[in-house]
Amino acid sequence: MQIFPFIVVVWIVGIGLYGIVTSRHLVHQIMCLIVVQSSTYVLLLAVGYLTGGAAPYFSDIPTRTRAVDPVVQALALTDVVVEAAVTALLLSFAIQAHKRFGTLDPQELASLRG
Amino acid sequence: MTPAARRLVFLVGAAGLAVFYLFGLSGLPGFGRYPGPYGFIVNRVTVAQTNATGVVSAVNFEYRGFDTVGEEFILFAAAAGMAVVLRHLRGEHEGAPLEEAADRDLPPTSDAVRMVALLFTGPIVLIGWWLASHAQASPSGGFQGGVVIATGFVLLYLSGEFQVFRRLTPADVTAAVEAVGAGGFVGTGLAAVAMSLPYLTNFLPLGTVPGAVSSSGTIALVSFFVGLEVTAAFILVIGELLRQTLLLRGGKS
Repeated sequence: MQIFPFIVVVWIVGIGLYGIVTSRHLVHQIMCLIVVQSSTYVLLLAVGYLTGGAAPYFSDIPTRTRAVDPVVQALALTDVVVEAAVTALLLSFAIQAHKRFGTLDPQELASLRG
Repeated sequence: MTPAARRLVFLVGAAGLAVFYLFGLSGLPGFGRYPGPYGFIVNRVTVAQTNATGVVSAVNFEYRGFDTVGEEFILFAAAAGMAVVLRHLRGEHEGAPLEEAADRDLPPTSDAVRMVALLFTGPIVLIGWWLASHAQASPSGGFQGGVVIATGFVLLYLSGEFQVFRRLTPADVTAAVEAVGAGGFVGTGLAAVAMSLPYLTNFLPLGTVPGAVSSSGTIALVSFFVGLEVTAAFILVIGELLRQTLLLRGGKS
């Protein structure tokens, strides 16, 4: 079971991408992008995990305790913030696209562009 | 390209991805066998070096502080970008929200929703504040706390009307708070430079008790500024999206 978390990662990427490719609605497509990105949380935390390791918070455990990697956890935090920012921007683009073209179907949007 | 063809192309690509991914996995250390060394080193030195017992916050606001400046400005740029993208288009103006069906009025906010929302607003802002001010000792910090505080303002919106939310969070005040948050972070770094130390060096006294609120020097200060910035950025983003419900196209009203 040593590679199971990494299989989960690629599975999440896969279903997210499948959703993006087959999506008929921009908001749905943005949500699929969020799914793709959430795979990176699993990846980051899986990379830094140490069997039996404590959480990297030494408030109530001795500082010599073996703990999991805090650097990847900090990266996951960065990841969440960037995802929120990207999602907000994409949603505002979707709003403007709907105002302008009256549809949110990527297929129709592509054909409107000509 | 038809949807079916697109799906076929995707499946071929996904199969290729799966093959190369599995091939790549074969050389990696397995799950739970983190080889180090950075995580072990950071875990060992953080408490002694910074008096922060929450190592993740210490990494974010101290060891990777410069990266976090960039991260904060991604959020800053996104909030600014939304304001630009969602500006009033020609022929748009604000009006009262209309129910699309002409024969009924807007339903009033239910008393149950209103009461629960008002009841929770205070505690949620308090929890957010607690999170933002305990970055050095627990899995919290400015980013988490800021989002939670912004949620409190969204509850105000739920409990009443958009106009109440808007009166409580005027755009210029929110934007000023956001600027103070972003500027405070950068300024903390520059203050170190002014003392001829490297950018974002922890120049404040570290306190005596590891993990106390008064400990960890600039980590706590930067977390506070990040909390301000994130709160304001999220309120701006949410307000900008909610404002769209008031916009009417020239012809419709």
